[in-house]
Amino acid sequence: MTKLHSSNAGTFAKMSDNADSPTESQKDDPPTQQPPTEDSGLVDEKKKIDVLLKAVGDTPIMKTKKWTVERGRTVHSLSQFISRFLKLEPSEQLFIYVNQSFAPSPDQEVGVLFESFGSDGKLVLHYCKSQAWG
Amino acid sequence: MADDKDVLRDVWFGRIPTCFTLYQDEVTEREAEPFYLLLPRVSYLTLVTDKVKKHFLRIMKQEDVEEMWFEYEGLPLKWHYPIGVLFDLHASNTALPWSVTVHFKTFPERDLLHCPTNSVIEAHFMSGIKEADALKHKGQVINDMQKKDHKQLWMGLQNDKFDQFWAMNRKLMEYPTEEGGFRYIPFRIYQAMSDRPFIQRLFRPVSADGVAHTLGDLLKEMCPSAIPQDDEPKRYQVVIHGIEPMLETPIQWLSEHLSHPDNFLHISIIPAPSD
Repeated sequence: MTKLHSSNAGTFAKMSDNADSPTESQKDDPPTQQPPTEDSGLVDEKKKIDVLLKAVGDTPIMKTKKWTVERGRTVHSLSQFISRFLKLEPSEQLFIYVNQSFAPSPDQEVGVLFESFGSDGKLVLHYCKSQAWG
Repeated sequence: MADDKDVLRDVWFGRIPTCFTLYQDEVTEREAEPFYLLLPRVSYLTLVTDKVKKHFLRIMKQEDVEEMWFEYEGLPLKWHYPIGVLFDLHASNTALPWSVTVHFKTFPERDLLHCPTNSVIEAHFMSGIKEADALKHKGQVINDMQKKDHKQLWMGLQNDKFDQFWAMNRKLMEYPTEEGGFRYIPFRIYQAMSDRPFIQRLFRPVSADGVAHTLGDLLKEMCPSAIPQDDEPKRYQVVIHGIEPMLETPIQWLSEHLSHPDNFLHISIIPAPSD
């Protein structure tokens, strides 16, 4: 049982903080059962962006690659989510890249990155267990 | 092309006289004397404070020392913002020297990024340059450089070598003459009165009909409340490197001359002094 909505083709899954266990205690914003993307109101839509997550190298891929993410979510929080989703060891690092070139600062908001580097209505981020690009 | 070398030098060699004082609750073996230092505006706190650390460690026991961090009037200072930005944003219009408190305990995890080694600063700095070049040239200039060229940019900053840095950085400042500027201007607007992170969006240096955009145009689009209204007293100051550039200044010129070494134009919006 998970609160994540797996997406139909073409839609984006909602990203909550509890990828692996719905009972896990939450540090920041608690996950809420959310309606699928199509039913979300206009205001709600504007608060969120679509993110496409791509694995690099030997980093495990995520079955669900497309997610809707709060604009205010930080790169750090997103990276924690991916680490939990992939069940990485706490000792394993995760690097996130924009444009396959630079690693945004952990306190950057994905919404800000989307404004500058989003294309076709989504932000493509690459993730990797080792440093992929300088 | 950046050809106004005096401005580049003035920006590079900008310094902030700073007094570092140990936090009162830190455990020491003797009384901690304050430590004075001229901080380069364009550098990073954790990159230029080895001496501060040594100074205080001499009177502290190793078991009382964790990662060093800095605070100004209760506010943890983000080492990953340029020093000049931290000062302009939080301490403009206050008396010098800038009074910074040094901590070795209770690292504020929620507010600050860890900085265990200089390679963390290097990675952050190079990421900034790459992001800026992605905006300016679709990343083509930085990607055409070799590893040693990247190193030269970093070493220039780390060792405060203006010529070494600019010999390479000038390539990042080039653009096709017929286009009149970069693709987009890498900028970040910080607001002292807001908890929100900086504003960063796409902004072209030249309008669709070929007119050069100014600092005023940028603010009008990104942060209109910062622009003074004719009929009321000025509420905000728009500060770059400790000065208030005229709002008529072309944004492309500012980007070439007043950007930090990370190639971003960092703009601070602060409340105007009331007197």
